[in-house]
Amino acid sequence: MEVVKVENVTRVYQIGKVETRALQGVSLTIESGEFTALVGPSGSGKTTLLQMIGCLDQPSSGQVYVSGKDVTRLNRNQRADMRRGHIGFIFQFFALIPTLSAYENVEMPLLLNGHSPSERHTRVTELLKAVDLADRAKNRPDQLSGGQQQRVAIARALAPKPALILADEPTANLDTTNGQQVMEIMKKLNQETGVTFVFATHDPRVINYATRVVTLKDGVIENDSRVNGK
Amino acid sequence: MLQILKMAFRDLGRNRRRTFFSALAVAIGLALLMLMSSVINGEMGNALRSAILLQSGHIQVRAETYDANKSSLKWEDLVENPDTLAGQIETLPQVKTATPRLFASGFLSTGDESAGVQIYGIDPDSSANDPYRQGLLSGDFITADDREGILIGQPAAEKLHLNVGDQVDLSVNTSNGDVLEQVFTVRGIFTTNTYAFDNATILMPISKAQAITQTDNHASTIFVLLNKDSDTDSVVAALQVAPSLEVLTWRDLNSLFVEFETMANSYIAFFYLIILAITASVIVNTLIMSVYERTREIGILSAIGMRGGRILWLFLVESSLLAVGGVILGWLLGYGAISWFNVGGFYIGNMGLSGMLVSNTIYAEPVMNDIVSVTIMTFIVTLLSGLYPAVTASRLEPVTALRAEK
Repeated sequence: MEVVKVENVTRVYQIGKVETRALQGVSLTIESGEFTALVGPSGSGKTTLLQMIGCLDQPSSGQVYVSGKDVTRLNRNQRADMRRGHIGFIFQFFALIPTLSAYENVEMPLLLNGHSPSERHTRVTELLKAVDLADRAKNRPDQLSGGQQQRVAIARALAPKPALILADEPTANLDTTNGQQVMEIMKKLNQETGVTFVFATHDPRVINYATRVVTLKDGVIENDSRVNGK
Repeated sequence: MLQILKMAFRDLGRNRRRTFFSALAVAIGLALLMLMSSVINGEMGNALRSAILLQSGHIQVRAETYDANKSSLKWEDLVENPDTLAGQIETLPQVKTATPRLFASGFLSTGDESAGVQIYGIDPDSSANDPYRQGLLSGDFITADDREGILIGQPAAEKLHLNVGDQVDLSVNTSNGDVLEQVFTVRGIFTTNTYAFDNATILMPISKAQAITQTDNHASTIFVLLNKDSDTDSVVAALQVAPSLEVLTWRDLNSLFVEFETMANSYIAFFYLIILAITASVIVNTLIMSVYERTREIGILSAIGMRGGRILWLFLVESSLLAVGGVILGWLLGYGAISWFNVGGFYIGNMGLSGMLVSNTIYAEPVMNDIVSVTIMTFIVTLLSGLYPAVTASRLEPVTALRAEK
């Protein structure tokens, strides 16, 4: 089943009189359960493509479908609803709310989705256990290491049981050990829950985990290959 | 909502010093408004009470043709048999006292010094004259049968270098336009703590005033004090007086005061606006800073699906919490300032307001309605101040917000 379908997408940024083409007619389909790496040098368009798929930005032309729904021209609130219900995000900078504990950070998407307190408690406890942070539930982000924070972010991304998780350079700010641990967890969750992962990276260690590698260069797909990830 | 409240509370706790000073700005603004409104209430209330007690009474009954500005003494401009009419008025249950008074213009001279004065012919036994009796600084109060005694206000006595027992020439206009002169003895010196009144008034028994002004059994007015201000209209309705007489209320008799109060209220509203504008600018600044510092967080919240409306609420709840904290602190500061102000009051001396009987010392009189009004005003202004930063936050595009520096 197609989780993501991108058809001939372009994204043009106008900065003053200078026009920058971040994506130039990209088409891509991602099936459910894939563990896809978008790779390429800086400025190749990986993050832009991830933002299009994640309904964080809108294409200048072309169509984007997520879980079969055309998200190309949704308004702000509709895009927020789409992100809340169908898409999880993991960012390079961990992206936790500093005033909330690990537990509350994971709980946030469930609150926004209107889950009951008991449902929330069960789900958050289960997820924190899955990322091996059950004992750090009450800690705030500044009391956690970078690796632990990224694991909380993974748990948060998974909380609403999305069809798709988008990760932008998820290991860029982590040392080798923590980076590997994070990738192991993502891979394990991908295999156990069948959730689709798409991550933008240029870290070769991360690419090794992917089952599909899409290479972008200058806003176009240069190569798209299926591989045997770890 | 509980989560938003929790987040807002913790967000404010992130930069405690800034939050404290913002709440303090709200508090100082509110405290100033409370103090201002209480002082104005005190001053206005005091001036009105002075005017009623010393000059206008709650009600006056006088001839329709009487001209107060000229202190007219023509018989047709005066009330005939005033004791009888006063006695009738006093039978009404709402009336505390009713007493005749005769006003005349005169001229006091002591050889070197002289001064124009307003002569009050009063019934010394009437409780309406208690403010003068209680304000006696030296000497004795005049008696009804005193034919040569006067009471003089303290500033006038000082100006004319008069002491109790001193003699003074008094020239008085009479009902037929002549001027009569007689030597009087200062029986006492009084103060009502109201410079404008004390500086220009002498008191003598009404019978003597009638004799010297040749007004026989006549008075300028029947001066009526009521038990309650609010009884004024019912007493006016109940009074049956001759067609040649008119009934005037304290509102009619203090029109200058009413006009002054209206004008003062406009100025006060202007000062309120200035204070609230300063408070608002501090809050806007605090919350805008908060939005800029947390731009990336707003992007995260947006990325995980929080709608703009909820982000708007988050910031509005923060400004509400600031408002609540500021208002509580403001009440403490405000009531503290009012209490401090009332220790001995605030001496203003002679403000030089002609036609207004303003006391030498003013006190703050907090009125709950006004305190509630300024509190609501402060609260609303603080909330409105939070609106712009909140809207700014809610309109941030997630992709832009996520790019922001931490």
